[in-house]
Amino acid sequence: MRESRWPRVFSYTFLSIVGVTMVLPLLWMVLTSLQKPGADAMDFRHPIPREGLHWSNYGEVFHDTGVARSLLNSAVVTVAVTAGLVFTSSLAAYAFARLRFFGRDKIFLGYLATMMIPGVVTMVPTFLILRELRWVDSYYALIIPPMFSAYGVFLLRQFFLTLPRDLDEAATIDGCSPWGIYWRIILPLSQPALAALTILTFLGSWRSFMWPLIVTHTKDKFTLPLALAQFQEMYGIHWTLLMAGSVIMIIPMLIVFIFGQRFFVEGVQLGAVKG
Amino acid sequence: MQRIPPEGGTTNSLLRNHAMIHRSNRTAWTFLAPNLAGFLVFVVLPVVVALGLSFFRWDVFHDAKFIGWRNFTEMFGGATEDGQWTWNDPKFWQALGNTFFFLIAIPISMALSLLLAVVLNQKMRGRIWFRTVFFLPTVCAGVGLLLLWKLMLLNPQFGLINSLLASVGIEGPKWLQSYHWAKPAIILMIVWATMGGTNMILYLAGLQNISPELYEAAQIDGAGRWAQFRHVTWPMLAPTTFFISTTSLIAGFAGEFDAVYVMTRGGPDGATTTLGYYTYQHAFEWFNMGYACAVAMVMFVLILTVTVIHWRYSEARSHYA
Repeated sequence: MRESRWPRVFSYTFLSIVGVTMVLPLLWMVLTSLQKPGADAMDFRHPIPREGLHWSNYGEVFHDTGVARSLLNSAVVTVAVTAGLVFTSSLAAYAFARLRFFGRDKIFLGYLATMMIPGVVTMVPTFLILRELRWVDSYYALIIPPMFSAYGVFLLRQFFLTLPRDLDEAATIDGCSPWGIYWRIILPLSQPALAALTILTFLGSWRSFMWPLIVTHTKDKFTLPLALAQFQEMYGIHWTLLMAGSVIMIIPMLIVFIFGQRFFVEGVQLGAVKG
Repeated sequence: MQRIPPEGGTTNSLLRNHAMIHRSNRTAWTFLAPNLAGFLVFVVLPVVVALGLSFFRWDVFHDAKFIGWRNFTEMFGGATEDGQWTWNDPKFWQALGNTFFFLIAIPISMALSLLLAVVLNQKMRGRIWFRTVFFLPTVCAGVGLLLLWKLMLLNPQFGLINSLLASVGIEGPKWLQSYHWAKPAIILMIVWATMGGTNMILYLAGLQNISPELYEAAQIDGAGRWAQFRHVTWPMLAPTTFFISTTSLIAGFAGEFDAVYVMTRGGPDGATTTLGYYTYQHAFEWFNMGYACAVAMVMFVLILTVTVIHWRYSEARSHYA
């Protein structure tokens, strides 16, 4: 076989070098977040904190910088966006994958076409629409517009199409309505796809920066990425605190990834099938 | 009625069918409505508004004024002064150039993704482990990582990269603070963050879909490892390559907004201002909503053009393969 021809040593060396390049900066971030604040906090010759782990950095960044409030905001916004996006996308995807209605394929093509438009292109008019709605600097602004993306509908439709139609027909004969089919057959069978979309949306919403930057003005509406960026602009030299804040931001994403890794990989591939 | 059905029963069932189609039509719209409503208001409407506003001058505080193509002539126009050509808006051209410069990250990152995927696509111990490690930057992406790079890795005096360079006797550049090194610094970060991520996973999946028989046939024909890659792997991965490059191009033209905002604010001296960031500056720093929308429209047309060209070109290529 082809596989055995690759020299093992080369492969392992190469992969290890890349692996170390990936992990080292992250490790260094964690170590710095535990250093005693001061000028030599970033000295790479002393990566291990010499005077013991300085856990109080976390307490300080949590209480003194508004990180606590923004963490709560981020949690509320991320959960709401994720729930709303997955639910409304699954409804629409069911209609596109299973029901017949006038203009279905054209509307779906319209959805697909918008996947070509990055958020930066529409950020100004979307902001202006929110301004008309008097939603600027509110949770509505943070939660509702990000709930609508063609990607979620596309990904779920893609998965729904792989489920055998016989199930729907059998259920219809047994007197099941489209709602019943959606709720009792399609959704339970689509758990991997729903999990994948949930994870992707969670991560995207948690790290989202540009949108919260534009629609919030007051500190008590800031999400975590925004609070961190602002803290950095004001106190750019407090590396230890900034790294502690960054670690706080990254931990929830790591947890979601570790528990959902299987679905994550599936979702990435599902979203690309059309290629 | 034009046609009389041969049996009475069929008329009934036709009518019933018709009623069912109607009902299912209505059901379908109920399923679609919540998403479609939001989609129209927050995705479709903004595109229309952006197009419309690009013909106006508007500072949000006063009434908008229709000015025809003036935003675009301001952007693309220029004049000869003292025998030398000057653009009306040199910052726009700088941002356009920067946006294209950042696209360099795409082929570099893709080549490394493919290389990693090919090496990982062997029966070997620790595959899953390596894959997970390579994926870490993708999972951790966001402001936290940007701060890590800005403060800890690219810092000219204390940063890890320059410290390592200094330990082998090289004086590292000032990275984000240098006009010439700011763009390469961000590209370096993008490549680091994306090479082992989604694209590598997609390539790995593509590789696993290639039938081993193709390689066996190639070996019988006496193809070496490079020839096998060139004539089996690469053409078989063409759809994956096309998908990855398309999504990367679209994201690339959007211009790394988060990185630019957090790490350089477009500086130094506009060296990292991309079209995306330039749009933001016009809209939210200088309150030129109309001009901002005009820049956004140019970005949109660019994406559209490049995507279509890319699509044509790739189609021709896959016929050839």
